[in-house]
Amino acid sequence: MVESRLTRVLLRLGAGVTLAFIYLPLLLIGLYAFNRNVTQEWPIRNYSTRWFRVAFEDEQVRDALQLSLLAGVGATVVSLVLGTLAALAVSRYRFFGREVISFAVILPIALPGIITGLALQATILDVFGPLGLSFGLATIILGHATFCVVVVYNNAIARLRRTAGSLDEASADLGADSLQTFRYVMFPQLRSALLAGALLAFALSFDEVIVTIFTAGAQQTLPIWIFATLSRPAELPVVNVVALFVILLSIIPVYIAQRIAGAGALATERTVRGPVAPTIEAEP
Amino acid sequence: MTGGRHRLALWTALGLVVTALAVVAAGCGGGDDGGSASTEIEGLGSSLEEIQELAREEGEVNVVQWAGYAQLTDEFKAATGCTVNTKDGGSSDDMISLIQTGEYDGVSASGNASVRLMTTGDVAPINTEFIPNYADVQEGIKGKDYNSLDGEPYGVPHGRGPNYLMFRTDEVAESTDSWSVIWEDDELAKYKGKISIYDDSIFIADAAVYLKATQPELGIDNPYFLDDEQFNAAVELLKKQAAAGVNYWPGDVAKQISEYTNGDSVVGTTWPYQYLQLTNADPAVPVSAIKPKEGTTGWSDTWMIYSEAANPNCMYLWMNHMIAPEAQAAVAEGFGEAPVNLKACELTENENHCSEFHADDESWWEDIYYWTTPTADCGDDRGEVCKTQEEWEAAWTEIRG
Amino acid sequence: MTSVTNAEAPPRVSPGRRLSTFFYRHPRLRLAALLALPVGWMVVVYLGSLVVLLLSAFWDTDPFTAEVVREFTLDNFRDLFERDVYRDVAWRTIRMAALVTVADAVLAFPIAFYMARVASSRTRNLLIVAVLMPLWASYLVKVIAWRTVLSSGGVVNWGLEPFGVQFDGLSTVGLWLVFTYLWLPFMILPIYAGLERIPNSLLEASADLGARATTTFLRVILPLAFPAVVAGSIFTFSLTLGDYIAPGLITSEQFIGTVIYQRRGENLPIAAAFAFVPIVVMILYLLVARRLRAFESL
Repeated sequence: MVESRLTRVLLRLGAGVTLAFIYLPLLLIGLYAFNRNVTQEWPIRNYSTRWFRVAFEDEQVRDALQLSLLAGVGATVVSLVLGTLAALAVSRYRFFGREVISFAVILPIALPGIITGLALQATILDVFGPLGLSFGLATIILGHATFCVVVVYNNAIARLRRTAGSLDEASADLGADSLQTFRYVMFPQLRSALLAGALLAFALSFDEVIVTIFTAGAQQTLPIWIFATLSRPAELPVVNVVALFVILLSIIPVYIAQRIAGAGALATERTVRGPVAPTIEAEP
Repeated sequence: MTGGRHRLALWTALGLVVTALAVVAAGCGGGDDGGSASTEIEGLGSSLEEIQELAREEGEVNVVQWAGYAQLTDEFKAATGCTVNTKDGGSSDDMISLIQTGEYDGVSASGNASVRLMTTGDVAPINTEFIPNYADVQEGIKGKDYNSLDGEPYGVPHGRGPNYLMFRTDEVAESTDSWSVIWEDDELAKYKGKISIYDDSIFIADAAVYLKATQPELGIDNPYFLDDEQFNAAVELLKKQAAAGVNYWPGDVAKQISEYTNGDSVVGTTWPYQYLQLTNADPAVPVSAIKPKEGTTGWSDTWMIYSEAANPNCMYLWMNHMIAPEAQAAVAEGFGEAPVNLKACELTENENHCSEFHADDESWWEDIYYWTTPTADCGDDRGEVCKTQEEWEAAWTEIRG
Repeated sequence: MTSVTNAEAPPRVSPGRRLSTFFYRHPRLRLAALLALPVGWMVVVYLGSLVVLLLSAFWDTDPFTAEVVREFTLDNFRDLFERDVYRDVAWRTIRMAALVTVADAVLAFPIAFYMARVASSRTRNLLIVAVLMPLWASYLVKVIAWRTVLSSGGVVNWGLEPFGVQFDGLSTVGLWLVFTYLWLPFMILPIYAGLERIPNSLLEASADLGARATTTFLRVILPLAFPAVVAGSIFTFSLTLGDYIAPGLITSEQFIGTVIYQRRGENLPIAAAFAFVPIVVMILYLLVARRLRAFESL
């Protein structure tokens, strides 16, 4: 590239400022986890690890963490299936209403969570309830998957757009059935894109509060537990411990994914090694 | 391009219409409101022994409560086998929404929730035979508008308390004894941006309480039943206050506690709970909380059972538990309120708690107006001219701006 | 060429193979099979729910019990138009969403550019992880941390104290900072991906044609990266537009989300009517974004 020395220095400075902006508050959360006092004053006067013990002995935290993990996995699986199917259809076929799909898929994440939440709650109460679906893990997954589909869909479709449909045909010509074609031809091309999508979907689900408030019923996911604990000031320090724990825990999936797919894929990188299809304008 | 967009619009519209019809058709089927007032809840035992037996099978109870209300849950579980799962509501509206999801067995309802819940049939009347401790509840609190309907008790009275005026003693004179600090122009200017107000339409009543004392010509009697003129005067007062810069605290009390701790708020309205949290903090925050001379609003809460409770037996035992002397003492001190079962007074850690909260001094409560639901019917000879809950809420949105 | 007849009687065919052939011959059915689940889900679960909510905007409530009465009325919309407060709140929210989006774009661009075009691949990988990590830190905890940071006794005022300056952090400005912070990763990632996709050859061509770095940036890079910025803005804009938790925790001002939340209990119809505002705004926003080819950069 043509960046001058000065540009590079300025860019580095800009990147540094943004990184500092991102990480200083997180650092503070980490520090407050060791704050002995209940109130979050500054500067911190006494440090202690007492809240760690409280957090690890808290049964509610453990239950909430478990429910969050289950909901995250459930929502991720559902959105993987739905997102991949929709992406395959849109990228490989031209059909009436095709445009609507990418629009409809984006809508749940683009419209405010409170609207999605209220809408789902009203529907669960009035429609699904009488049909036998009550609030709980299933409804949490229902809500989360609805807005997680988009991240899988986007990653998959970006990848499919760059890979050739002719490969699928070649596979079929060589005698593979649909499943085999998917398993041996399409999936390897899609794998890192799906992984990136799945990871983001899980992260979105794991930290979701607003929709969950309306779809969880009496159940508590981790964010719901945190939200409830905010109104119990005496337990507030435990929240910081849990947050720190979750941040540290998240290194594991991110690291594994990076190993498998390369960090580029995590940022929804569009370039793939391998056959690249000419980008054909899809607009009629 | 244009064709594509037209088709998009067409498809979206078509899809919406079709699903709308389908869903509405499905939804209209299930909308029956069986508001029958019967103490017989499906699955409830027919004797105390049977209730205790069935409760062990249920094994849990889900309740909506004010933060800090549920107490001695471990002891309750040991005695009955019921695990207590609590959900904090931040306002009466919150609690009504939560109970109407059908996921909870009961609720600790203040008057502005209980009246509505009884009318809608979301809560059921109780059979006091199965709640032995009911006999120990102060007679003066039984049979009120906010805990019974047509003479039938709905739930067990649980405790009552005042909404205090709280201020930081390093910023506001300790001799303060009037609500004027949050209403009068010169005071508002002094505490600009540092006034802490409960974020709920029911707070309009607090303005009415002040007007009742300072503008007798308005003729306000009950601060929850306001006709046009009275209501507008209260709303004007609140708008003036809002313009001065107010920190509204939602039901999650932590916001107010952190503001008082950091000095972002120095004067305002509060529950005894926050006052206790602040004075018990380490280091203690220098605050004082009083019942001003004009009187104040307050609450008298009732544990009620959801009319389609999934765990009615545990809920019955829970209601009995919460008015037992031990739990009463724990809540009274933990949340900061007067118990309704005076046997609790011997069990509180602070042996003066009951006298400090005037548990058996009715005269102290005379100028405390318990939260209730505003209705068009003023309850006096003015007739149906008072502002409804809905109008209070709409006004509150405008006051907040 | 006698084998033609042979070929017409294929040997053993697995059921899977037969299904594949069937679907190959009937692409419409294959398409239907692919679409059934996702479209069913989106239409029944999501759009269906949305319609249920939005329809209630045309219903009345019982003034006493606050129960929805299913009688058609336009009163809720009349209320929205007649009472200034709703317009004020809507504008305040849209303005906040726009300001947050601008701030995020400004903050995100340098780091995204650095990641995509300057950093070594090792540094780049590290930075990607560094940008992704905050998504795992609880949203609520971040807001609470910010409340502490911004309060009178917080870090910001502690740092400003020696200069004799007092910053009222629990204000609209503070909320703007918090929102900018919360949604920043959602802006960085698409911009990074967008910049990363620009072929080097284009930049070289620009240089070869005599353009200076600034010219290349303004006339080549920026136009090519713009759809990615718009893609990121969908998140920053929409997430700000509907949030009700952060506003409640940081300021005392009302936003669209807080009003909907506050009114939903006692008057669902008016909350639903007000929900039309962000829905219409977002649909318009998405239509423009699609025109700007932002969807490909999501």
